[in-house]
Amino acid sequence: MDPALQPQTHVHAPPQGFIRKYVFSLDHKMIGKQYYGLALVSVFIGMILSWLMRLHLVWPNTKIPGLEAIAKTGAPGGVVTPEFYLSLLTMHGTLMVFFVLTNAPFAGFGNYFLPIQIGAEDMAFPRFNMMSFWVTFIAFVALIAAFFIPDGPPISGWTAYAPLSAIGKDAGPGLGWGQNLWAISIAIFCVGQLLGSLNFIATTLDLRAKGMTFMRMPISTWAWFLTSCIGLLAFAVLLPACLLLILDRMAGTSFFIPSGLVVSDRLQNHAGGSPLLWQHLFWFFGHPEVYIAILPAIGIVSHVLITSMRKPLLSAKVIIYSMMSIGFLSWMVWGHHMFVSGMNPMSSLLFSFPTLTITIPATIITLIWLGSLYGANIQINSASLFALGFISMFVSGGVSGFFLAQPSIDIYLHATYFVVGHFHMVMGVAAIFGILSGTYFWFPKMTGRMMNETLGQLHFWLTFVGTYCIFMPFHYLGLVGNVRRYSSFVDDFMPALMPLHKFITIAALLTGAAQLIFLYNLIYSRFRGKPAPENPWNGTSLEWSVPSPPPWNNFGGAHPVVYHDPYQYGVKGQSGDYVMQTSPEKIPSE
Amino acid sequence: MSAAYPPINPPLPSSGAASRSAKSGVWVAMFAITMTFAAFTSAMFVRQGSADWIHIAAPPILFANTVLLLLSSFTLEFARRAVRAKTQPLSAAELRTPRIAVSFTLLLGLAFIAGQYLAWRQLAAQGFFLASNPNSSFFYVFTGVHALHVLGGLAALVLLSFRIFQRNPRLAALPGVSLYWHFMCALWLYLLFIICTRL
Amino acid sequence: MGKMFAVILTIIALVSAYPIVTHKYVQPVDISTHGHAIDEQLADTMAEAGLSFVLAQLLLAFFVWKYSSRKEGSKVFQLPGGAKWVIVAAFIFVGTEVIALSFLGQKAWAEVYFTAPKADALQVQAQGGQFAFYFRYPGVDGKFGPIHPDKIDEGNSNFFGLDPANDVESRDDIISGELAIPVNREVHLLMHSKDVGHSFYVRELRIQQDFVPGLDLSLHFTATQTGRYEILCTQLCGLGHFNMKAYLNVLSQEDFDKWMKQKISEQ
Repeated sequence: MDPALQPQTHVHAPPQGFIRKYVFSLDHKMIGKQYYGLALVSVFIGMILSWLMRLHLVWPNTKIPGLEAIAKTGAPGGVVTPEFYLSLLTMHGTLMVFFVLTNAPFAGFGNYFLPIQIGAEDMAFPRFNMMSFWVTFIAFVALIAAFFIPDGPPISGWTAYAPLSAIGKDAGPGLGWGQNLWAISIAIFCVGQLLGSLNFIATTLDLRAKGMTFMRMPISTWAWFLTSCIGLLAFAVLLPACLLLILDRMAGTSFFIPSGLVVSDRLQNHAGGSPLLWQHLFWFFGHPEVYIAILPAIGIVSHVLITSMRKPLLSAKVIIYSMMSIGFLSWMVWGHHMFVSGMNPMSSLLFSFPTLTITIPATIITLIWLGSLYGANIQINSASLFALGFISMFVSGGVSGFFLAQPSIDIYLHATYFVVGHFHMVMGVAAIFGILSGTYFWFPKMTGRMMNETLGQLHFWLTFVGTYCIFMPFHYLGLVGNVRRYSSFVDDFMPALMPLHKFITIAALLTGAAQLIFLYNLIYSRFRGKPAPENPWNGTSLEWSVPSPPPWNNFGGAHPVVYHDPYQYGVKGQSGDYVMQTSPEKIPSE
Repeated sequence: MSAAYPPINPPLPSSGAASRSAKSGVWVAMFAITMTFAAFTSAMFVRQGSADWIHIAAPPILFANTVLLLLSSFTLEFARRAVRAKTQPLSAAELRTPRIAVSFTLLLGLAFIAGQYLAWRQLAAQGFFLASNPNSSFFYVFTGVHALHVLGGLAALVLLSFRIFQRNPRLAALPGVSLYWHFMCALWLYLLFIICTRL
Repeated sequence: MGKMFAVILTIIALVSAYPIVTHKYVQPVDISTHGHAIDEQLADTMAEAGLSFVLAQLLLAFFVWKYSSRKEGSKVFQLPGGAKWVIVAAFIFVGTEVIALSFLGQKAWAEVYFTAPKADALQVQAQGGQFAFYFRYPGVDGKFGPIHPDKIDEGNSNFFGLDPANDVESRDDIISGELAIPVNREVHLLMHSKDVGHSFYVRELRIQQDFVPGLDLSLHFTATQTGRYEILCTQLCGLGHFNMKAYLNVLSQEDFDKWMKQKISEQ
């Protein structure tokens, strides 16, 4: 270490005043909560959008009170038009993928718990950390603003395939400023995630407490660390892609727009661009994005599960190595989104093999969980129920991936509801279960109060059964050949499938309504919940060695020392069947 | 179990974490920036396949700018080495060299940006704008995004020069900043190669 | 509550598998020569994936039933053999599956994409545009006239941008809103997009292929049953996406000749 470089004692001073404490806070815990709050707002907006879509599909004439005020052209008289459906779909996808599945499990929980779990006072760059949240917030505002401009939100889906997304308003309403706002929002979002990932990586590399070797980090920390490595590279590709899209739209360049396109009877003034280029760049980000959503959930669920089982996993190392290989393989599979896109058919086969290979580490992770349940003493509570539910969802969503990974089957199933069912289960619901499991598990630590257990379990049963009722039938619809992204089914093929569609809509409305129980529980427990002890679940990792909620500098200015691997359960410790990482006591088996 | 950790006063120093973090932060950022430019480059290779791909001559001023940037990299390295060899706190005499070197780096960096601006003006004068043809599009994208990153480095240099002119300056960021600056220089050499051979 | 989880999960697994096992939701009849390979591949995968799904869910339910909410202070124990057998099992079972499916699936894929159309295949050009398909037959000269995007004029039914005044090949080209083809004869479909991305999907033909603007792709297939089938656009293409469809009319050779004659006389 350079002698001239003076060591810094405090990362930052204790926050003073409302603004510094709650708004422009440098404290990783407050920033984590801000991310979580933003995700919570986004998930409820996204859910309402999905309700509108489901209602429109089966009862297209439903009047939705108050909707006309927001969407005058999209929903005249409160009735959603088939055209507005595409706006709903685009905004639902964008909000859920970016602002919920990336923000909550990764940026939210990661920010709060990564520094504590490695024994750090804060992130390596608290100012970047604050910026990363506020940049993300601006991205959110830019996206939501699309609802309030005259043309309405974009209609090109969350994948924004060029040239539809690149041409401008000739291609349809919402593709003018609506699409501009979308592209700007996502570009800004990338900046926020890049700053966040950079922080996570530097923090994990440099600020681990004494004795906290890499292999002593909890699985959740590993998951956040690996996710930030993936996110760093993935968002570094989406950002330039969005930049080129913005230039095509606003500066008249032709990166993605070929020559000779006639849109709305006007010959477009572009030449030579490649639509497939957008797809390649987008999916090069887009597939790793799936793992950005699911890896933190795998980490959180493993962490919760071990604590609830009261015994270590068969092998935590194998889970970590499997996550690494998933992360590595995620870079070679983006083409499986493009089997029928006009890409060279030979490359389809080349992309198919690594895609199928990902099932091996995924299966290993699942089998390690299952094998570890053998001989466990599972403590059933809301957190562990959601963790067990996650395993079930992960399996259900995983096996359908087996179909879609094969180009020949994809010829038939591509762009059907089978795909919708697949990614909702494995990326959507599974990751949400991870978030919910983490919420029930860590809420006491984050707020100093316990959540209501009865309401929590009620929430679990309704959500677990409800999500299966919604998403399992999607697979059946897909097998029959029901295509996705259609706002009405204007043919004689569909009537036979309408009862199933109606069932899904009712299930979606009920399951969505059940989330209000969660929201109520969250708000009620925040203010009226039972005071939480320091270590309510008898956990071993560092977050349970500090008060609930932790003080602003986590460890009260002290530097914790780590003596053990993270999951010392099923042993004879001084305080019960576990030994904390910070406890200097000896464990005979070690 | 015990409640909170007992507060220790004064807190233990966290062993040069600031300097180390700054450096690893820059390393991580370098990976991300490399990825971004790899994406641009692969976009260029794909786009090259179309019929409207025509060569544009690079404005000669780019070579002068390259010299400026290379020089700035040397001066900053000079500053870093001058500080590294000394024990703290640095005396006014010991600070003389790094102060001059950092100031020169800042000036050369600003001159590089001004030079790039002139290059854009020259190209525009020839009638090549952002949307004129794919080659000019990529030229402006490559140089523009690189210039943005250099401006980020310049902002860090400005902060650093504010610090270095104080008494007993904290220079923990210097190794990180110089690493970033060298990277900007290397990145520019790569881009210059692309511009001369491909665009 | 652990037992309740086990019971509900078992019910979910069995109910989910029921419509699959009873073939309640299956693909519509296959009318192509290559489709059987895709259907077989789908059935094989369904058997393997379905079995893995049910087994994994039941195993999860069983372990939760057996090992949840045990008596206070119950001893926990590890699976004998540890993680080793798990890794070996995953590699052997999933690994074989991966390799088997990759090889088998390649056959079905190759039938669609790695064969050249026969020399006597019927050439038809398909154009995707917001929000309709148009089909063009080359006429008696067997040649398609060139497309001039600036000549596209929907008001005057010049959907392809043809210039018969100057291009001889264009004069006998036949334009149709539906895709009429003869049964049991190979069709070579040349795909062209007028504006944005679209897709050509016929469930019964087991064919799906995107239209990529600026990149003219082609497909070839043989229909083996007469009838009318839906052609759907499955690539999000704008406001009218849900309404973008056409019909594939598979006719006997005589009916097709009749249809063609009528089209020529309408010209």
